[in-house]
Amino acid sequence: MKLLHGRYRELAPHLVPLDYTNNPDIRVPPTLIVTMPELKENPFRDRIVETFSEDGHGNLSFNDFVDMFSALCETSPRELKTIYAFKIYDFNRDNFICKEDLKKTLNKLTKGELSPEEVLLVCDKSMEEADLDGDSKLSFSDFENMVSKAPDFLSNFHVRI
Amino acid sequence: TTFLLGEEIEVSTFQEERERERHRAKRSDSDRERRKRGNGRRKRASRAEEGKGESQARHDRREKGRRKRTRQDNEEVEVRPESLSSEELEKLKEAVDERKKLIQVLRGKPWPMKKKCVTLWILKKESQEFVEKYEGALGKGKGRKLYAYKVMMTKKWMKFQRDFENFKTACIPWEMKIKEIESHFGSSVASYFIFLRWMYGINMILFCLTFGLVMVPEALMGRPYGTIPRKTVPRAEATSAMDFAVLWDFGGYAQYSVLFYGYYNNQRAIGWLKFRMPLSYFLVGVGTVAYSYMVVIRTMARNANESGVGDDNSFNFNWKMFTSWDYLIGNPETADNKFASITTSFKEAILEEQESRKDDNIHLTRFLRVLANFLVLCCLAGSGYLIYFVVRRSQKFALDGLENHSWWERNEVNMVMSLLGMFCPMLFDVISALENYHPRVALQWQLGRIFALFLGNLYTFIIALMDEINLKREEEKIIKFNITTWEASLYNGTVSENSTAPPVTIQPADVPRGPCWETMVGQEFVRLIISDTMTTYITLLIGDFLRAVLVRFLNYCWCWDLEAGFPSYSEFDVSGNVLGLIFNQGMICTFSQMGAFYAPCLPALNILRLHVSMYLQCWAVMCCNVPQERVFKASGSNNFYMAMLLVILFLSTLPAIYTIVTIPPSFDCGPFSGKQHMFDVIQETLELDFPAWFGKVFSYASNPGLVLPFILLMVLAIYYLQSTSKSYKEANVELKKKLQTVTQISFSPLALM
Repeated sequence: MKLLHGRYRELAPHLVPLDYTNNPDIRVPPTLIVTMPELKENPFRDRIVETFSEDGHGNLSFNDFVDMFSALCETSPRELKTIYAFKIYDFNRDNFICKEDLKKTLNKLTKGELSPEEVLLVCDKSMEEADLDGDSKLSFSDFENMVSKAPDFLSNFHVRI
Repeated sequence: TTFLLGEEIEVSTFQEERERERHRAKRSDSDRERRKRGNGRRKRASRAEEGKGESQARHDRREKGRRKRTRQDNEEVEVRPESLSSEELEKLKEAVDERKKLIQVLRGKPWPMKKKCVTLWILKKESQEFVEKYEGALGKGKGRKLYAYKVMMTKKWMKFQRDFENFKTACIPWEMKIKEIESHFGSSVASYFIFLRWMYGINMILFCLTFGLVMVPEALMGRPYGTIPRKTVPRAEATSAMDFAVLWDFGGYAQYSVLFYGYYNNQRAIGWLKFRMPLSYFLVGVGTVAYSYMVVIRTMARNANESGVGDDNSFNFNWKMFTSWDYLIGNPETADNKFASITTSFKEAILEEQESRKDDNIHLTRFLRVLANFLVLCCLAGSGYLIYFVVRRSQKFALDGLENHSWWERNEVNMVMSLLGMFCPMLFDVISALENYHPRVALQWQLGRIFALFLGNLYTFIIALMDEINLKREEEKIIKFNITTWEASLYNGTVSENSTAPPVTIQPADVPRGPCWETMVGQEFVRLIISDTMTTYITLLIGDFLRAVLVRFLNYCWCWDLEAGFPSYSEFDVSGNVLGLIFNQGMICTFSQMGAFYAPCLPALNILRLHVSMYLQCWAVMCCNVPQERVFKASGSNNFYMAMLLVILFLSTLPAIYTIVTIPPSFDCGPFSGKQHMFDVIQETLELDFPAWFGKVFSYASNPGLVLPFILLMVLAIYYLQSTSKSYKEANVELKKKLQTVTQISFSPLALM
């Protein structure tokens, strides 16, 4: 716990007090949080920080900070990780992963190396594979069904701090 | 890692623990304590719910309906710790388990931290109240300590396992290099390097065998250099024996050393260990062949297994998108590699998808393919005839005496082979553009055709070798005759008694020597390997590196864009390299029943070669090559390479076995000198070293009447196993289909909702 507090504090020493006993309402802005070495190279770092923040813009209080790392850690249960993964990849926060969300995910993953036709092809194929209720967007149950069979979801979706 | 929720709970339980220790009371065993505690907490929790009536607690209760049941139980049971009967203990145990499940569910809830903290605080408060109530009954908290210790050990064990896995991965040689290449160039190029590494492993084992069981015993326990004629450089060559040119050609001192067959003495048992040298030599030779076969077949079998199991790509694209990024990456270079590999993997998958969607005019495609194959056959026939013609001519030249002809005519065969080897693959490449195959299939066809071309190469080599062997054997007869006359002349001057002629001491270097055809064969192989390696490296440097340098620097002052158009950077030639590797291995391995058999130094040379190749080619690929335009996924199993290797091994065993069985060994060099056949050493060992009944058993076992039914039995067993494996595969496919339909059915009601 102290470790986490130390890490939280070193992101913004001028903002975060040493003493947390009276639960001060301090929030660290996302621009500082994404500089953490664990998140720096992650293409989804902005989305991760936004998902765990209360206001949806990425400002994390200490509670949110702890929440984030405990959800992403190794011993966190699979269901919890699935829930948060869905939230992270849902860029427009409408509780569905639509084609736009898929496109954005893909572009972040390949850093724009794929041509537009290739991007379209991949998104179409993904939608075709996972969308079981046929509404051309992925609901949480579609996502969960797909991820539950994925062999390396648990091992890849974890952050060690 | 710290899992905070878990630790919080444990922190709170530790606090209870300490409180309990303070109030020492009657001892009970640790389990009962835990059960009581758990139940107590549950009871307190439920009573607290009633008392407080908080929305939070009610929320919990709503979700865990079991609590109600326990509450009712609690009201009935008068809890007196000393008088808990066994079924009450059972209830306690149940309550503890439910408590644990509650904690698990709490962990799995995506509630914000605040909510979870509040719930936990409530639970903690209740447990404190319970402790105060039951302090009299609770004994020492020893069990708790043990439990905490166990938990800590489990954590440490998990960490240790993880570190060990990392260590093991780091230990695999060249793993990082290959991963880097894979992320930039795709899995097909990486598969070549993985194959190279596998070959290296095999050669290492072969090297250990030959070095440890053949070279070292002879060097340590055999008679040293210069004591007997076969181990000494003949007087005539002694002056030039140390020249670099001679050594490079593996003559001189290199020839008369443990590196080649001719050095070995045919003494049956050497040294104080009574090490059976000839037997060991023969068995190591046979062993290397057997090992190579076994390893190749085992790898093929394993690949066949794996390809059946991991074949689930029902969510291929989705998994690539959502689960391929490794969140643990913190290093910018690793991140770059990961981005590259993800992009490559997407491109591979896209290519597969595009290929599967292609639907051309099937008739046109078929016609074009037949045409292409016809052209290729013409090519192969033409080159075959050319080789045959050239070999015939060179045999004629050899009969005339080589000095009478020009340099071209002397080296005609080699030059023709090299030229063919350079131009025909390019021609095949052009022809394959007609065929319009999936790139992976096209690669396999290309490999097959180049293989056929190289068979011609092999044919000439073998013919040339056989001719030389026959020549040497003729020579041997003459020399044998000469030696008898020479020995007779030695004794002319001394008293020629029948039995006790004093031994005449002659310098071993002066004894006339028979030509040693085995050493000659070994030398030929070694020279071939060396020249092949040199050619590969030089073409690599010139073809790839020089070209890349030219393109990069001349581009600044050239009229058209060198990088985009001709000649641009070269792509990694997977097929050529793979074939080179396979052929060399075939030549070492079994061709080398001729190779390693007649030149025990060959595996060592090969290891050196592979080692250097690995580093050189890794560097060249990263530095001078560009990824192929169409990146395709190598058939993950590499069974194709294995199959080719198997074919080569088999084709090379044939001439090797032929020489061993038919040609008698030289009379004065090598471990089998003096015998009629090389395998006589086995016979000899059986007779002399094993007890009599063993020999009898063996002779019965080798009776054709026994061998033939045994072979028949094996054929039947193979057929049976083959048919059962086929039926298993079919059952597997059926089950997969069923699974898919079940998943779809289970989700269609959801769609209706």
